[in-house]
Amino acid sequence: MSATPFIVLSAILFTIGCVGVLTRRNAIVVFMCIELMLNASNLALVTFARVHGNLDGQIAAFFVMVVAAAEVVVGLAIIMTIFRTRRSASVDDASLLKY
Amino acid sequence: MITFWLLAPIMVAAALGILFARKAVHAALLLAVVMIGLAIMYALQDAPFLFAVQIIVYTGAILMLFLFVMMLIGVDASDSVVETIKGQRLMATVVGLAFGLTLVLGVAQVSVGAITGLEEANAGGNVPGLAQLLFSNYVFAFEATSALLITAAIGAMVLSHRERLTPKLTQADVAAQRMRDYAEHGKHLGPLPTPGVFARHNAVDTPALLPDGSTAQSSISRVLAARGTVRSAPALADDIEELTRQLGDDGTATSRANIPGRPDATPKGPIEGDPADSPKDGSPETGSPKDDSPKDGKGGQA
Repeated sequence: MSATPFIVLSAILFTIGCVGVLTRRNAIVVFMCIELMLNASNLALVTFARVHGNLDGQIAAFFVMVVAAAEVVVGLAIIMTIFRTRRSASVDDASLLKY
Repeated sequence: MITFWLLAPIMVAAALGILFARKAVHAALLLAVVMIGLAIMYALQDAPFLFAVQIIVYTGAILMLFLFVMMLIGVDASDSVVETIKGQRLMATVVGLAFGLTLVLGVAQVSVGAITGLEEANAGGNVPGLAQLLFSNYVFAFEATSALLITAAIGAMVLSHRERLTPKLTQADVAAQRMRDYAEHGKHLGPLPTPGVFARHNAVDTPALLPDGSTAQSSISRVLAARGTVRSAPALADDIEELTRQLGDDGTATSRANIPGRPDATPKGPIEGDPADSPKDGSPETGSPKDDSPKDGKGGQA
């Protein structure tokens, strides 16, 4: 089947992730929206791999997954640390660097 | 093709649900829907290895990690609706919609050309093909990945490590502390009373009743009391009449008259020396000390 529907779906998911990062206040939900954006880009990569007929796109998607896993581990550890010191998981409360 | 058109609306709806879900747990479950949908999309596009990895790594590991941290932080630490920057939410939505429209229109205009398909590349199997590439062209990136993973593991350990500031209490220390409390304040030496065990309910959220019908506050967990999920035994007994009428039993009014702990049974007040000040209006959540324990998970360290 044609590649365009997959790319459009990927673009829609990416946009939703973007809007989520901009609007949500809970750090964990913001993080989930980042994961959604990574996943959307993965879908585009896999689609392009099929379009071009080689596996490099799938390798790229695989590396994105690995990096996302590492990122989630560190990010969630940071969220935990912030929660422990500030008793809040809201991104608005962690604003000490501003002053 | 049918799979795609069936799945795509579900995925978009679930992704939109992440935006609007008030509770983070709901958002995580909706994200799981999107991720499993994506895995099927990979399977549709001749990527069986990524299909498996997506399910195992994303829905299996990463999402569980999200849920795990959510449970540690407190599931009811929900999103605040207060805007710190005025009009930010509206602006973000407008800009996001404009961005999405541009992206979708632009992408839809592009003709990606003839689709080669992966039959040739996958001829020797998808996984051997990926392995061939990974260990030839991308071997340096692969090595770098190992360094990244080790760094991430160490980073997580460093970040979540907490220095012990006070010496660890041994069993002997705890026992000595109990004896000291008993000697100085007359605090009860033994274990706390168990929660109530009643004919129709014996879970830990129901406090035990004292002989005068009042509730024993020390018989329920402090955490349950703080969350306000404590039930009261008299409230549980409220529908007994209804039940006995359904069973065809008559004379319930007389047999019920001396059930202890009924809302209308007049208590004699709390027992002497009991710390509980036993509210008695019979509503389901009376037993919870609401004033010193807010529910939003931000309490405790004011």
